[in-house]
Amino acid sequence: MPGPLIQIDQLSKRFDKGALAALDSVTAHVNAGEVTGLVGPDGAGKTTLLRLIAGLLVPSTGKITVNGLDPVTDSGAVHRIVSYMPQRFGLYEDLSVQENLTLYADLRSVLGSDREEAFERLLGFTGLAPFTNRLAGALSGGMKQKLGLACALIKKPDLLLLDEPSVGVDPISRRELWRMVYELVDQGIGVVWSTAYLDEAEQCARVLLLNEGALLYAGSPQDLTDRVAGRTYQIRHIDTDRREVLSEATKLATVIDGVIQGSRVRLVMAEGADPPNLAPLNAGLAAEISQIPPRFEDAFMDLIGGGFRATSPFANREDSAEHTMNQVVEARALTRRFGDFTAADNISFEVGRGEIFGLIGPNGAGKSTTFKMLCGLLQPSEGSARVVGLDLQNAPSKARGRIGYMAQKFSLYGDLSVQQNLDFFAGVYGLTGKSRKDAISQMIETFGFADRLDVNAMGLPLGYKQRLALACAVMHEPDVLFLDEPTSGVDPRTRREFWTHINAMVANGVTIMVTTHFLDEAEYCDRMALIYRSKMIASGSPDELKDRARASGMMDPTLEDAFIALVEQSDREREAG
Amino acid sequence: MFQRIWSLIIKELLASARDPQTRWVVLFSPPFLLVIYAFAITQEISSVTLGVYTQDRGVEARELISRFEGSPTFEEILYLRRDADIAAAIDSRSVDLVLRIGPDFSRQLERGEPANVQLILDGRASNAAQILAGYSGRIVQDFNEDQATALGVPTLTKVVTRVWYNPNLDPLWSAVPALFAVLTAIVGFMVSALSIARERELGTFEQLLVSPLRPTEILIGKAVPALMIALASATAMLILGWLVLDVPLRGSLLLLYASMIIYLAAIIGIGLFISSLAATQQQAIIGLFIYMMPAVLLSGYATPVANMPDWLQALNESNPIMHFIVISKAVYMKDAPAELFFHHTWPMAVIAVVTLTAGAWLFRRRVS
Repeated sequence: MPGPLIQIDQLSKRFDKGALAALDSVTAHVNAGEVTGLVGPDGAGKTTLLRLIAGLLVPSTGKITVNGLDPVTDSGAVHRIVSYMPQRFGLYEDLSVQENLTLYADLRSVLGSDREEAFERLLGFTGLAPFTNRLAGALSGGMKQKLGLACALIKKPDLLLLDEPSVGVDPISRRELWRMVYELVDQGIGVVWSTAYLDEAEQCARVLLLNEGALLYAGSPQDLTDRVAGRTYQIRHIDTDRREVLSEATKLATVIDGVIQGSRVRLVMAEGADPPNLAPLNAGLAAEISQIPPRFEDAFMDLIGGGFRATSPFANREDSAEHTMNQVVEARALTRRFGDFTAADNISFEVGRGEIFGLIGPNGAGKSTTFKMLCGLLQPSEGSARVVGLDLQNAPSKARGRIGYMAQKFSLYGDLSVQQNLDFFAGVYGLTGKSRKDAISQMIETFGFADRLDVNAMGLPLGYKQRLALACAVMHEPDVLFLDEPTSGVDPRTRREFWTHINAMVANGVTIMVTTHFLDEAEYCDRMALIYRSKMIASGSPDELKDRARASGMMDPTLEDAFIALVEQSDREREAG
Repeated sequence: MFQRIWSLIIKELLASARDPQTRWVVLFSPPFLLVIYAFAITQEISSVTLGVYTQDRGVEARELISRFEGSPTFEEILYLRRDADIAAAIDSRSVDLVLRIGPDFSRQLERGEPANVQLILDGRASNAAQILAGYSGRIVQDFNEDQATALGVPTLTKVVTRVWYNPNLDPLWSAVPALFAVLTAIVGFMVSALSIARERELGTFEQLLVSPLRPTEILIGKAVPALMIALASATAMLILGWLVLDVPLRGSLLLLYASMIIYLAAIIGIGLFISSLAATQQQAIIGLFIYMMPAVLLSGYATPVANMPDWLQALNESNPIMHFIVISKAVYMKDAPAELFFHHTWPMAVIAVVTLTAGAWLFRRRVS
């Protein structure tokens, strides 16, 4: 048997002297003919490692060889056998699909009949043949990734490096990308697939698990998952508040990790610990606990020593807002057109106080458009959006004063300190005098900012950035908090901390509107609307949506399975007329 | 409402002060540029090499040449031996101009007849050529007068030149006021055009739009800090011009500042207008340069506005830089009357009102 395709030995990379290492003495290997998952949250060092393998960065210390070659000194030879698809593949958005392919064929000197053969093979492989004249910029996220993949495969490589190919890709396209990658593996190509989604690790033959520049684990995902075998449980039929059950459960020393899955609570127990007694958790009489198969994420949480355990300070926060209205968010026949294109078509729903409502759907399906109309960033063409009874069109400023908004990338002012960010948002939301002082000092206390007040927001660790963004969004005690893809790419522990805060706020009567394409996050919702092709094709609780997938013959569907089943069903209905 | 705008103003000022790039680009570089440019564009001609080709060895010819030699302008004199050397010397730039004296020069003067000398100038450097022609003309005129006196012929008309406002024709005196106007505009443009585009790029703009701030409030909250920053930078330039460059300021500071606020309102209005059209900082910068290049070129900064065709002059009425250069020169070099200020501030006020309104309108449209 030949040696591994990539051999990495004591590899470190520092970008600045004295700065934290982006990669810290990593030793690993990658085999030919299989998918190696490079798994870890944002900032773990995935892209750095891929760029080092591709010879685009020079290691600080340590060594890499690709097929026995050094990517830096033998860059020409390495580039001939390696294809690298960066996060945003260098597609020329103003060129058509065909022109992009031709350009990359020229760059890779694939000429004559080879070229024709390659085009035919790749267009068939990616299913892009009907779209050769479409501009790359007009393709959906999934199709862009497929075109990127096609461009990377113009000349068949020995090693294919894919940097987060599934970001911005809906679940259906994601499955197609995986199918394509398995085909490549069957042809003997070694594939490295980097991802922040832990569920993708289970599809890889081997994984390299990175966290903060260090290699936590290398080996088969199954072996890692097995370390929590027999320790994963699910509490079902909870007839009290599942969020409180979770909060109680994670206070137990024997519980390593807990998350909400629709109406159920999933727990990972410490080694040798018995499943918890349900009575003290106040889960209700009908509740039962049973063992379920472990997931890769359970094992990851076990590996890093468990989830976020503290209770959220919001749990004890006194709630001064008066709760008169019950329908906090109302969408009435919301419609938005851009020229001939209808981005959101006749969307109606109501969200009650203290509810978590999710808008889910593929990118470009209309969920962002709907979300923006609800928080006043976009005017509806028809219909109306109301928040606590205030119309966002007639009383925009007043209505927006009752809203909190947290954007995907924690839109804080990076050059301002923590204190200055808090001051600014307090002022913009019209807090003055004592109430302003109180609100700010309460946030400082709640989130433990006291010793970081003078630090620039940009220099905060990710978890603190998220806390600060949340603090700025809720300081004025909004009735509704809008969250735009709040935890995509965030490591699981920070994600759990975030949802602990959100759950505590919900318990205090705050309504949450969340948009996400990350279906794990959707599990936290009480109800959700699935938006597809500008229309709301389904709504209900996660379990109701799963039930609809079960009705179409699936045994134990995940939310992703349900999502795909519903979308396919909608496609069939549309084609039928 | 004031509370919200106030918070935004404080935030803008803090963000500019804490961002090292903005701090350098906006606050420190314009005064620095003022000094550098002021020295670079100095129009004084020094270290000139004069070529002399004379076919006359007479007393008068030598007298004329020695007057050229004695002038501080001509640092070096190169004597040419042949007629053919003239072209070569000018071509190779080994001389800047050539004085050519014909064989009959002294003889004709002695006979009391008029005599010619020829000056050959290098038209490739037309500005320098004109100035050198002026210098040389004055030397020849002085020579003439002395010759006439020696011959007992009275000089009929004598030109006595007095230059007002800039008695020594110091080029810095005319350059600094125009530069001051242009650099102040650049600061105003930069701060305003980048501010919205930067927030849009970082995603913080949405955060502002979902807050209770109204579009007009955001516009005010963006315009006021830009005005304050540009005024601070302008003040630094005024002090530098006075202390380091020694350019006197004769007019009313009060009127200068009053008209500068209106000037900056127009500039910032244009900047915010461009910014609200742009989706990224890059687009904002490109938009800004597309506007700024012609605006500066037509402003009278480099070439006199009065020499431009009528339609261009009419178009120039909408150019705030043109108006403020007039005001700036007037304040620096003479104590100008208030009418002049009024005459040039009202068009700027109109520009400010139009662009700021258009900005707010576009803003609201882009929101929806």
